[in-house]
Amino acid sequence: MLWKNLLNPSKRLRELGLLGMNQRNGDYILKYNQRKFYPLVDDKLRTKKLAQQAGIAVPELYAVIEAEYQVAHLSEILAPYSEFVIKPAHGSGGEGILIIKGRSKEGCRKLNGALLTKSEVDHHISNILSGMYSLGGQPDVALIEYRVDFDPVFEQVSYQGVPDIRTIVFQGIPVMSMLRLPTRMSDGKANLHQGAIGVGIDMATGRTTGGVWHHDLIDAHPDSGHTINHLEIPGWDNILLLSAGCRELVSLGYIGVDIVLDSKLGPLMLEINARPGLSIQLANKQGLLPRLEAVEKIKSIPSSPEERVKLAKSIYRQTQNSQVL
Amino acid sequence: MKNLHVNILATLLILVSATICYYKVTELKLPLLPVQESELWTIEAKVTYKRTAGPSKVSMMLPKQVPGYVVLDENFVSGRYGLTLENEDLNRVAQWAIRRSQGDQTLYYRMQLIPGETPEFKDKNVAYPVEQDYPEIMRTALTALLEQVRNKSADTKSFTHELLQRLNAPDSDENVKLLRKDAATPEAWVSRVISILQGARIPSRQVNLLILSDGARHSRLVPWLQVYTGERWVTFNPKTGESGFPSNAVLWKYGDKPLLDVSGGKSANVDFSIYKQSRGMIAVTQQRAGIINGPVMEFSLFNLPVQTQNVYRILIMMPVGVLLIVLLRNIVGLKTFGTFMPILIAMAFRETELAWGLALFCLLLALGLMIRFYLEYLRLLLVPRLAAVLIIVIILMTFVSLLSHKLGIDRGLSVALFPMVIIAMTIERMSLVWEEHGAGESLQQCAGSLFVASLSYLLMTNEYLEHLMFVFPELLLTLLAFTLWLGRYTGYRISELWRFRSVIVKGN
Repeated sequence: MLWKNLLNPSKRLRELGLLGMNQRNGDYILKYNQRKFYPLVDDKLRTKKLAQQAGIAVPELYAVIEAEYQVAHLSEILAPYSEFVIKPAHGSGGEGILIIKGRSKEGCRKLNGALLTKSEVDHHISNILSGMYSLGGQPDVALIEYRVDFDPVFEQVSYQGVPDIRTIVFQGIPVMSMLRLPTRMSDGKANLHQGAIGVGIDMATGRTTGGVWHHDLIDAHPDSGHTINHLEIPGWDNILLLSAGCRELVSLGYIGVDIVLDSKLGPLMLEINARPGLSIQLANKQGLLPRLEAVEKIKSIPSSPEERVKLAKSIYRQTQNSQVL
Repeated sequence: MKNLHVNILATLLILVSATICYYKVTELKLPLLPVQESELWTIEAKVTYKRTAGPSKVSMMLPKQVPGYVVLDENFVSGRYGLTLENEDLNRVAQWAIRRSQGDQTLYYRMQLIPGETPEFKDKNVAYPVEQDYPEIMRTALTALLEQVRNKSADTKSFTHELLQRLNAPDSDENVKLLRKDAATPEAWVSRVISILQGARIPSRQVNLLILSDGARHSRLVPWLQVYTGERWVTFNPKTGESGFPSNAVLWKYGDKPLLDVSGGKSANVDFSIYKQSRGMIAVTQQRAGIINGPVMEFSLFNLPVQTQNVYRILIMMPVGVLLIVLLRNIVGLKTFGTFMPILIAMAFRETELAWGLALFCLLLALGLMIRFYLEYLRLLLVPRLAAVLIIVIILMTFVSLLSHKLGIDRGLSVALFPMVIIAMTIERMSLVWEEHGAGESLQQCAGSLFVASLSYLLMTNEYLEHLMFVFPELLLTLLAFTLWLGRYTGYRISELWRFRSVIVKGN
């Protein structure tokens, strides 16, 4: 069996229904995501405002730094808050996000305990404004927002940072989810290519099914050693509902919705990605294609998110029967 | 639906480009392979005469077509003379005329030929000659000779061969000696043979050949014999009876009319001088194709001025590199800095050559990165920082050039050919990737870019490809078609087989 797989690897991938980069771009993103709606998701400020209008829960926005002169007044702006997150509005791949968990006389304390001087924070914001983290180096704005106080349910399996739940929502139907756990290597960030762990999720029950770190399948968190299998995600249906509701928000057919669990506020939508990555398939050890094709077969997609979540679960069960990994 | 559209479009593009290529190869005989040389003959006819009083008119017979050759170019140098060209069944006649002139007159005609096939033109209906009134004594000799020859031959061709051999034999009988009488000059001899052939009612004519020999100064036309076999004209050497043209002979004129006819002048003379040159096949064939078939070749890149041609020689290779990039990025899944950056680097390698190019590029990048890390410490804003990197790159380039000049390494000077903006952007990106994803990732991407650049350099400087693309620019349509197809390729990338390897190996 093994040597056969190695002999013709692409055949094996096709059998598993794995979505490749070319097909994702050619058959899904180009087809279902109209370019004119991209600015809605590429600009996190706009996404946030849209979500607030639609009643979707998002982390509270403290301030927007739009110009260099505002950096000088940073300490006044930040005075009321001891914990906050600085992020570029047009950032991608989690880059340029600075999480401050406390403040002292000398400056701000990063998640890993390192101290940042005031001028270092200023420079970071200047970099954001000059477009260092935005696509094509366009001038950008910096958002300062509520730092999510994440639900302790994942405390054992995340190294600092905020674990989040990435869900691929295709035509309003959540098709695949993963839990992203930061590691020491990812410096508290939840992006897989930065070294976070991706953990597969049973769409029907909201239980984790084992994960992937870099390119290796793992069962336990590499830093704490705790198992990452069969964890129950609290309020799973709410998370699905929130993800499904994001489709109307941005009018895009194929999106990745990132949601965090706040200990007090419950699930909050962090951002929407119009070009979600493929690693989610590795985390779930399943291909996206069978589920995407199942959605494409549905003639009329129900307009209520509740109906769509039901559909999502039935599609999940369907595809579990047909293909076993 | 979209795939169908793309498929139709791509197929159409390929069909169009293949058709044009096929036409060019089969009909215009454009070479598929580079560096073939062809011989180019230049024939110069110099007409001299001394004029007498009154207006003068010079007529010279010129070939209409040269069997076995293609006329690339011809020109007349005739000063104040008026020139007219006339077609006269199988020949052309050039007529120079002037009302008033003095002293020795010189006129030139120049023609350039290369070997090649031109369609034969059809002769008019050949009239069969009527028997001539020969003097009684000759008639007997003639009848006897023809009878003997007829017995020893099967058809017109072998008849003529046999006849010519008998007429030229040194130890011949009385009949032949009688027939040979009073035919001393080659022209007279050919017309004698023609009149003998008339006795056998075989149509024949005189043709005049110019033998091409490199460096000939005072060549003359040589009369030759053509006999009509009922289907075509067969050429014979009137002295030996061998059939066919001698090698390197040009059929200058048909018939026995004089080559030159001058009225109002005396001591007229024609001198042929001939020389041979070797020319690049491409240029020759393009020129020839232009003569055979004008409209298609109007759009040839060879019609551009040479300097522009040289620019297009490079530009037209870019799509080849671009296609390579598409392949490497979308099928293989290689990561590079910037989409087309490797191509621009590869273009710079054209001038520096690969090893030097790689060395200089790495040197610049390494120095630039070091300085860029120092700039990071200064906390500059993005655009001024980019500008600073660009200025530093130029300073480094100047420095490398100066240093290599001092050390006597001329190759080092070619560093100036690198696209410095591209290098500055590469340094910036590389340092960002270095900061965010570590040195490994950034060196990996850098190596990837250099690998793609080297590969596309090798491809873009391939002599064979360069020739093909330049002579057949319609191949660009084929490249476009392949790019369109690749644009709809939704299969896995080779790198994804590696990325998903855990699934492939562990699956099940």
